[in-house]
Amino acid sequence: MENFLQLIINGIAAGGYYGLIALAMVLIYRTSEVVNFAQGEIALITAYFTYMLLDQLNVAFWQAVPIAIVFAFFVGAMIEFCALRRAKDPNVLSLIIITIGIEMILMGLVSWKFGADPKTMSFPISPYDSVTFGKFYIRGLELLALIVLLVVFLSTYLFLSHSKLGTAMRATQQNLVIARVMGIRTKRIMMLTWGISGAIGALAALLIAPTTMQPYMMWDPMLKGFAGAVLGGMTSMGGALVGSFIVGIIENLFGGYVSIEFKSAVAFFIIVLSLFIRPSGLFARHYVKKV
Amino acid sequence: MKRSYYEDIEFFSSKVVLFWFCVLVAFIIIYPYILPNYYVYMANYMAINIIVAVGLNLLVGYTGQISLGHSGFFAIGAYATTFLMLKINAPFLLALLIGASIAALFGFIIGIPSLKLEGPYLSIATLGFGLTITTVLGRLEFLGGRQGLHTPELIMFGWHVDTDREFFYLLMAITFLLVIGARNIVKTRVGRAFMAIRDEDIAAQCMGINLTLYKTMAFATSAFYTGIAGGLYAFVLRFIEPEMFGLMMSILFLGMVVVGGLGSIFGSIAGAIIFSWLDLQLRNILNIPYIGPFLSELSRSYFSITGVPNIQFIIYGLIIVLIMVFEPLGIFGFWIRTKKYWKTWPF
Repeated sequence: MENFLQLIINGIAAGGYYGLIALAMVLIYRTSEVVNFAQGEIALITAYFTYMLLDQLNVAFWQAVPIAIVFAFFVGAMIEFCALRRAKDPNVLSLIIITIGIEMILMGLVSWKFGADPKTMSFPISPYDSVTFGKFYIRGLELLALIVLLVVFLSTYLFLSHSKLGTAMRATQQNLVIARVMGIRTKRIMMLTWGISGAIGALAALLIAPTTMQPYMMWDPMLKGFAGAVLGGMTSMGGALVGSFIVGIIENLFGGYVSIEFKSAVAFFIIVLSLFIRPSGLFARHYVKKV
Repeated sequence: MKRSYYEDIEFFSSKVVLFWFCVLVAFIIIYPYILPNYYVYMANYMAINIIVAVGLNLLVGYTGQISLGHSGFFAIGAYATTFLMLKINAPFLLALLIGASIAALFGFIIGIPSLKLEGPYLSIATLGFGLTITTVLGRLEFLGGRQGLHTPELIMFGWHVDTDREFFYLLMAITFLLVIGARNIVKTRVGRAFMAIRDEDIAAQCMGINLTLYKTMAFATSAFYTGIAGGLYAFVLRFIEPEMFGLMMSILFLGMVVVGGLGSIFGSIAGAIIFSWLDLQLRNILNIPYIGPFLSELSRSYFSITGVPNIQFIIYGLIIVLIMVFEPLGIFGFWIRTKKYWKTWPF
């Protein structure tokens, strides 16, 4: 029983990272129905940028993190501004493929600059520190990721529901054409959304980087985050969070009891099964197309 | 001006097409004799990518279903063919067909969720499939596990195919058959059903197209093509291991189709040729005259020299992004525009 609970705690801890990525993907999906495959790589390039600031330019940590978040915002916004906005007669498939192309460019740039060998980023919390309560423990970084996730989730939620800009974003999400008719600069809102989601995703990379740091480090969290977002329904932020926790818990339970090697595969298998039962995810209303 | 249905499906629609077809066949026959062995190997590599790209285009370009798991079908084809030949001494062509049929069966199974899912939901399902296949293959000891498998000697009806040159002819024959087959699928009832589903599936259903049948058929056909390509790929490399069939491979397949042009067989061929040529060229990018020294200088001063092979991802990514931004129909779009320009020339 203790083992079981500990595995669930590990799962929730892993879900913290996935949740940040999932949240970022959901924000973009809601405005433009684009799955942003470059999400992980925006985060990756930010992590390496922070590494450069901290370990090569000797910037203080409390200065480096805000700079990194602004950088991630900038990268996300520039992707929208330079590539997606320029697309000739865009449809969803071509936009998705553009994000795949950008993902390859960013990953190529990072591994060209830094090589494939693992790096270590200095971070105030060591990856080996863990917090114990009773018989259970959670690693300090993962606890921090959960707290960051909670803060980001609440602030995004409040921003979307209570600020003027957030209302404009929601209007753009609901109906682009009418929002434009109402005088909202939808293109600027899109750019802002990409920037915000880039910054949210980058937080995940900053929290993963102290543990492992190599050019492929964001593949797995991104795919899991994406899976979590899909499981939650791709359009609901709360759903994305719950979905990511479910993915984390499933893979840790399976890894703990059956086989550690198959844990990712099983997570995906269960997602496909659950999609078969609820084709639009667990928390989204399924729209049946009508003529 | 086409007047009848048979004119549309006719293979040689004009004398010009017949002429260029004969030129192409003649060129392929003399190709291994006029160029050194490396180029023959390159052509083999291209032919395999052509098969995959054409098969994937049937699914993505014609039926409009995204797939990020084609490396899974590719791996199934490669492993099934090699395994059948190694363990039960099946003849090559039979093993290839059975391998491709197993891939098609998996394609059918993956196609079933596609009846309900679309967009991101379908892409996560296919992506999960691709990742799962690699993990499972790495664990199966009778398939060599992580060490991989060496392919056996290739003997067909007493013909010992052991050089790239001999394999070239075999491969070209298969590629020709499959490409012509794809063209015929596209031009006839099945292909029109695929395109109707792509354009609007509800409308297609109203016109009497069986969505269940045709969507799963699109997946199965595409997987069959990819499976055959996988089986042949094993014999080009003579060695297979699970790590080769990663997500990057699926993405590159998708890139070929997109760069060539969605919904065009000619485009897929062009895209596959360009991507495989780039792949082989960029593997030793520092040896290319002018660009190589410049890049190595640049890497030494601003980047790292160990990371140079990653430049190929930047180039692939740039090509994909630029094509999608400026010419969503890919190379096929360029071709159409050039043709239109010359037809209406002074105007």
